Amino acid sequence: MSIAASQKEAMKTATSEAPSEFLTFRLGEEEYGVDILKVQEIRGYDSVTRIPDAPDFIKGVINLRGTIVPVVDMRIKFRLGKAEYNEFTVMIILNVAGRVVGMVVDSVSDVMQLGAEQLRPAPEIAGALSTKFITGIGVLDERMLILVDIERLMSSQDMALLDASSQSLQ
Amino acid sequence: MTGIDLKRFHRTFFEESFEGVDAMEAALLRLDPAAADAETINGIFRAAHSIKGGAGTFGFTDVARFTHVLETLLDAVRSGKHQLSVDDVDCLLRSTDVVRGLLKAAQDEAPADTVAADALASELSQRLSGQAPVKASASAAVAAPASSGWQIQFEPRPELFLSGNDPLRILRELLALGPHEVVCREQALPSLAEADPERCYLAWDIQLQAAVTRERVVECFAWVDEECRLEIQPLAAATPAAEAESVAAPPAAPAPAAAAVTAISSAKKPGEGGQEVKLDAASTIRVATGKIDAMINLVGELVITQAMLQQLAGRLDPVHNESLLQGLSLLDRNTRLLQEAVMSTRMLQVDAVFSRFPRLVRDLAGKLGKQVRLQLVGESTELDKTVIEKIADPLTHLVRNSLDHGLEDPDERQASGKEATGLLTLRAAHQGGHILIEVIDDGRGLNRQRILAKAAERGLPCDPGMSDADVWQLIFAPGFSTAAEVTEVSGRGVGMDVVKRNIQSLGGSVELSSETGRGTTVLIRLPLTLAILDGMSVAVGDEVYILPLSSVIESLQPQDSQVKSIAGQNTVLRVRNDYLPLIDLREWFGLPGDKRSPTEAIVVIVETEARKIALQIDDLVGQQQVVIKSLDRNYRRVRGVSGATILGDGRVSLILDVAAIVRHFGQAIAA
Repeated sequence: MSIAASQKEAMKTATSEAPSEFLTFRLGEEEYGVDILKVQEIRGYDSVTRIPDAPDFIKGVINLRGTIVPVVDMRIKFRLGKAEYNEFTVMIILNVAGRVVGMVVDSVSDVMQLGAEQLRPAPEIAGALSTKFITGIGVLDERMLILVDIERLMSSQDMALLDASSQSLQ
Repeated sequence: MTGIDLKRFHRTFFEESFEGVDAMEAALLRLDPAAADAETINGIFRAAHSIKGGAGTFGFTDVARFTHVLETLLDAVRSGKHQLSVDDVDCLLRSTDVVRGLLKAAQDEAPADTVAADALASELSQRLSGQAPVKASASAAVAAPASSGWQIQFEPRPELFLSGNDPLRILRELLALGPHEVVCREQALPSLAEADPERCYLAWDIQLQAAVTRERVVECFAWVDEECRLEIQPLAAATPAAEAESVAAPPAAPAPAAAAVTAISSAKKPGEGGQEVKLDAASTIRVATGKIDAMINLVGELVITQAMLQQLAGRLDPVHNESLLQGLSLLDRNTRLLQEAVMSTRMLQVDAVFSRFPRLVRDLAGKLGKQVRLQLVGESTELDKTVIEKIADPLTHLVRNSLDHGLEDPDERQASGKEATGLLTLRAAHQGGHILIEVIDDGRGLNRQRILAKAAERGLPCDPGMSDADVWQLIFAPGFSTAAEVTEVSGRGVGMDVVKRNIQSLGGSVELSSETGRGTTVLIRLPLTLAILDGMSVAVGDEVYILPLSSVIESLQPQDSQVKSIAGQNTVLRVRNDYLPLIDLREWFGLPGDKRSPTEAIVVIVETEARKIALQIDDLVGQQQVVIKSLDRNYRRVRGVSGATILGDGRVSLILDVAAIVRHFGQAIAA
């Protein structure tokens, strides 16, 4: 392909409405996917400083090269799997709504590119992860990927990450 | 000049022009008309000339036209054709206000107040041609016909409350003048959850149907004329001839005060000569504050990294790694020097704040009919830029207080054997890691009896046996004021507690001392910078927390006899003669582990807002300077925590907000 043509192709994917590249991770037995553009980095879990008055799924804050970043454990929030912390524990650092937040998960898999034929609409569910936070379902052979609107989820009130006055999305 | 967009240069023009006006004003205040120094006159002329030239180039015709008249008068003075009088200097000072107003209007692309400018321009021309101008600064017999009423738009700036002013009182005074209709503009008012109670969001449109002069209306707003947008239009058409009135500046001083207006002296240390230490324009450079902040951040990171290396190096064998350790020690020194150098780029001379006071004192003393000499000491002392910006309002309030309540009028002073001219001193100095700013007057001093009486009246805790220092602290209680009547200038009781709170929010403290009949001194202590804190690190369980050193009084290991309990639940600690509530920080933070008895732990006594409290910790770790990092950039505000820092080993340590802990504890008890 010529340079101009491949550039146009890349732009088309980048400016399309729904994200098509997802970072997949596991929580317990379930597989999730988040928009890769919201992921800043992936790192291990160590020396988290506790914060008083925080709900149990907010483990505390860490020092990320000089910035203080809060860490949430989704396994505790969704009550999935066992919340163990060892040398294999993995944290996804997200950049959402202008803030940097760390999310502890069981393991991280590949970055998947999903085409339109692999996407299904979100089913109606309530509970800890209600439909408004799910953008859709990804289908890969036998696997079901729950695609999460991570920005919305992290900004929501019950994540208790933001002050009441700075609630932007709900 | 088509095709070239001149807007890019506007910002520089405005920055330089405002500086020019400030320079003109400062020079005018220093000027002694009887012995007009040629160099000073030249300086004023050059400033006006530059502004005129720039304004002409960029098409700001209002500014150019007015400064042209100003320049013409100044030219006549410097070539000796016109003799400068005290009233001329007054007129020139008012002109600088007008130039500022016109520049601001041009900058905001808003319509300029040409009425005022034209009036003053004609006064300047009249002075130049030697006529006695139609002076509006004579006493109350002003020939301006009163209009049948006025349409007034009053838009206070959001920071109005910070200088101790209250629009409600201003409106009350205004509306007492006659029948009126008031409409309040509340579009800017946010929801209750978002509103900051210390910001003013409202504005008013007032129709006043009263046959009063414009001066009388302007007088009501005199106190806030720099802190609001004010428009006054006559309801009925006023005759054009009436526009010989003066500009919307503080109203005409009564005739005796014209004589009383003052000489300002800047007390220099001997040997410094009469010249101000002004930086040569060619050796300075303008830098956006964002760039400096970024640099400070990076240097902060460097300091932390270097501390980490230092800690790791501590475990190495000094004999085998001599050169490495030497290198690290050199790195330590260089990093520290770099940090100091970078911090100093944000330091401004305190003169940036002090420079507004000569004019303010002059105008205010005139208005109050008092004679005041202002002395500025140590104005080249340097302070961090943000601290300087925030100290301006509290200082202004304190100065106004001294002038209004502290200093007596000339007769009273002479009756008590003092000189008729009072002395007000503003002094800044370094002391250790702090800056001290003092406001000293030689007036009548604080009245202990009246303060105690007022405190008792307001139901504040007090008793006749209190020490003087404690009595003076009562003044900082909200709503307190012993002024016999609320004057336009002060006495509203809004000010002192706001002043104290503002100073405390900068990490500083304020103290009063006074001697009856001799005067009062207000001492403000401020940290050199907001980004760094002197902290005491303490260990509680596995965590390390930082206590601001300024709130720590002492630490001790209590003995059995000192620990008492109340109602079986609360523990108090007896320290000398006080019983202080004891908070176990492990319990407070919900940390795991068994509760230790206070006698096996360490207790730190902290003080904030005059209340003492005892905190139980596990261990004292050390004392260090910490770089304050924001917690709520990515997270939210946590009660009891004012920020975070990164320790030498890379761990995050929370900085405790002692005041919040004390307050919360107090609330918990009350509940």
